[in-house]
Amino acid sequence: MPSRPLSFWRTDMELRYFAWVRERIGKQSETYQGSALTIKELLDELETRGDGYQAALADRGILRVALDQNIAGGNQSIKGIREIAIFPPMTGG
Amino acid sequence: MFILVTADPIDEASIRERIGTGRKDIGALVGFTGMVREISEGNTSPLELEHYPTMTEKMLTTIASEAIERFALIDAAIVHRVGVLEIGEEIVYVAAASRHRQSAFDGANFMMDYLKTRAPFWKKEGDGNWVEAKDADEDAFKKWER
Repeated sequence: MPSRPLSFWRTDMELRYFAWVRERIGKQSETYQGSALTIKELLDELETRGDGYQAALADRGILRVALDQNIAGGNQSIKGIREIAIFPPMTGG
Repeated sequence: MFILVTADPIDEASIRERIGTGRKDIGALVGFTGMVREISEGNTSPLELEHYPTMTEKMLTTIASEAIERFALIDAAIVHRVGVLEIGEEIVYVAAASRHRQSAFDGANFMMDYLKTRAPFWKKEGDGNWVEAKDADEDAFKKWER
C-alpha cells in the first residue's frame, strides 16, 4: 500500500510577493501546497516554475523573506508557517 | 505611542497633540519629516509607495517600542505614507518625546535608520524603476546594533 503523501496533513501556505518580485512573477499571491521544508527548498522549487519566477528569485543574496510577517534569515524551516512573503530589500523612509 | 500608515497627507500638528498626552515631564520633542525628492536627476514624475499591510504596522510598532525602551522616551510616533506621492510631499514623520533633548534626537534618529531598512515599504519611480536599497542605509542601521 502506498504511503500517504506528506502534504496530506500539511496546511496550505499563502505566498505573497511584493515590489519587483511581484511584477516579475506576475501575481501578488498564491497558495503553496508543495513539499519544501525550508526557505531554500521553497525558493529552489518556485524557481523551476518559469522564466518570471527565475527572474524574480535568481538573486538570492538580496531577496528578503518573511515567515508569518517576521523577517527570516538563511535556511530557516517553514514548518507550521501560514504566510510566506518574498520581496526585495526595503526602501521606505 | 502613535503608529499610522496612510495615503493621506501627514498632519504633524495633530500627531504632536497625541504624543505624551497629559504628561508634564516632556522637556524635548524632536520631530523629523522625510520629503519626496528627485531621486534620478530630471525625473519629475511622482513616486509610488508599496507596502505589506499588517506587517508594516507591526514593524513600525516594534520600532517605536524599541526606541522608547532604548532611549527612555516618554512617547513616540511614526507615520508613513503609501500610494502615489509627488516630489516635495512629505513621506514620513517620526517624533520622539523625552525629558531631555539628547534622547529625543537619538530616538528619532534610531527610528528613521531602523525603518528605512526594516519596515516593508518599497519605492517605485514614475519611470517604472524600483529604487534600490542603499548600503549607506544598512550601515546607518548597523551602527545602532549592540
